[in-house]
Amino acid sequence: MLALSKVNKWYGNYHALVDITADVQRGEVVVVCGPSGSGKSTLIRTINRLESIHKGSITLDGTDVHSKLQNVNKLRSRIGFVFQQFNLFPHLSVIENICLAPMKVLGKSKTEARDRAASLLSRVGLANKADAYPQQLSGGQQQRVAIARALAMDPPVMLFDEPTSALDPEMVGEVLSVMKSLAKDGMTMMCVTHEMGFAREVSDRVWFMDKGAILESSDPDTFFTNPEHPRAKSFISDLRH
Amino acid sequence: MFEVIETNARFLLIGSYPNGPLGGLALTLILSLLGLALAFPLGLMLALCRVAPFAVLRIVSGIFVYVMRGIPLVMLIFWSYFLVPRLTGHAVSAFTALLVTLVLYQSAYLCEVIRAGIDALPKGQFEASRSLGMTYGQTIRMVILPQSLFNMLPSLLGQFVGLVKDTSIGYVISVNELTFSAQQINNSLLTRPFEVFFLLALTYFVVCFSLTAGVNFLERRISRKSVPTNAALEVVNASAV
Repeated sequence: MLALSKVNKWYGNYHALVDITADVQRGEVVVVCGPSGSGKSTLIRTINRLESIHKGSITLDGTDVHSKLQNVNKLRSRIGFVFQQFNLFPHLSVIENICLAPMKVLGKSKTEARDRAASLLSRVGLANKADAYPQQLSGGQQQRVAIARALAMDPPVMLFDEPTSALDPEMVGEVLSVMKSLAKDGMTMMCVTHEMGFAREVSDRVWFMDKGAILESSDPDTFFTNPEHPRAKSFISDLRH
Repeated sequence: MFEVIETNARFLLIGSYPNGPLGGLALTLILSLLGLALAFPLGLMLALCRVAPFAVLRIVSGIFVYVMRGIPLVMLIFWSYFLVPRLTGHAVSAFTALLVTLVLYQSAYLCEVIRAGIDALPKGQFEASRSLGMTYGQTIRMVILPQSLFNMLPSLLGQFVGLVKDTSIGYVISVNELTFSAQQINNSLLTRPFEVFFLLALTYFVVCFSLTAGVNFLERRISRKSVPTNAALEVVNASAV
C-alpha cells in the first residue's frame, strides 16, 4: 500500500534519511523506533509531504507522493496525521475541529459532518466534550480529539508522530488504547513511538532506525527477543535496564 | 478657556461647513476612518505577501515595507503632494495626497504587526491544517488569521490610534483637519495659544481613548464568545468538581 524506495534527504551536509527502502501492507501496523535524532519523525513527515525528499520515491496506492503533478491537498486528505503536540485549533470547539476539514475539503454538509464527528467522538470516549474548547481538555483528551479529527477524513492510512511523547504518564494509556482499537479494526498504521509495550503488543512489524537508516525490520517478537543488528541489540538491552 | 470654546467650537468641529469646506474634527475623523478602512486590507494583503510561498511576492512586499518604514512621514507627504503632480502632470488635492500617503505608510506598519502575529502562531497549526488536506488559502483564512488577528488586537489598536494622530500631519500641506483648524484659530486669537492647543490635545485624546475603549469592549465580547478566558475555565472546573 505504502512503498518507500531509496529515499534520501539531506539537511545541508547532514544526511537525514539514508537509502530508506521499505513498505507497509494494507492493514499492517508498523512501529518505527530508534534513538532520538535517528530520523524517525523526518521519515514519517515525508510520507504526507510535510518534508521534501531529495532522492528516491514514496508511493501510496501506486500514486507518487512527491511528484510535482500530484495534488498535495488531495493526497493529504487520504493520509491521517497525528502530531506529538496535538495541534488542535484553539479557536474552534472540539466538534468544529473535527468537522472543519470534512466540510471544507470533502464538501460534506454540516449535519453529515456533525453526525460523523459525534460518532467518532464517542469512539474515542469523548462524546460529552463536543462543545468544549481544546484548552479545556487534558493532554490525553486533546490527543484523542486529534485522532478523531484525522479519522473524520476517512483516510485509508494513519500516521502517528510520537503521539504520546508530550503527555503526562497517566494519560498515555487512554491514547494508546484508542490506537489499539484502531489497529484491531484493521486500520493501516505507521507509528513513531517510544512506547515499546505498544510496539510489542500491537505492531505487526518494527522498523529500527539509527542515523537516518532503517537497520532492522522484523516482527516484534524477533525484534525484542533476538534482534539481528548490533545497534538494535544494544538498543534493546538498554531498554531492559 | 470656555470663551475660546464657545466662540470657536463650531469651527474646530466642522470647519467652515456648510458655507465653506468641511474641516476640523469632522475632517480628521473622515481621514481616520477612510485611512483605517483602506490601510487595514492593504496591510493584510501585504502581510500575506510577506509570508507567501512565492519569493517574488515576499521580496516586492519586503522592499515596500522597508522603504515606507525608513522614510519620515513628512517626507512622503511632500513627495506625494509636490512630486507626484510634477511626474504625472496632474494636480493632486491636498486631501487625496494626505489620505493616500497615510494609507501607504500605515499599511506598511500594519503589515508588520500582522506578519508578526502570523509568525507567532505555532508552526503546528499550519501543518495540522495542511495535513487534513486544506489548501493554503483555506488554512490562512480559517485557521491562521482568526487566531492571529485576535492575538494581535492590542498591537493593531496601537496602529489605529497612531493613524488618527498621524492625520495631524496634514497640517504641513494645509489640509484643514483638526490641527490646521486649531492653528487658524490660534492665528486669529493671537494671545491664547495655551487654551487653543490644550483644547486640541484634549480632542485628540477623547477620540483616541474612545477608539481604545471600543476595541477593548470588542475584544472582551469576542473572547467571551469563542475562547474561554481563564476565569471562565475556573468556573467550568469548579462546577465539574
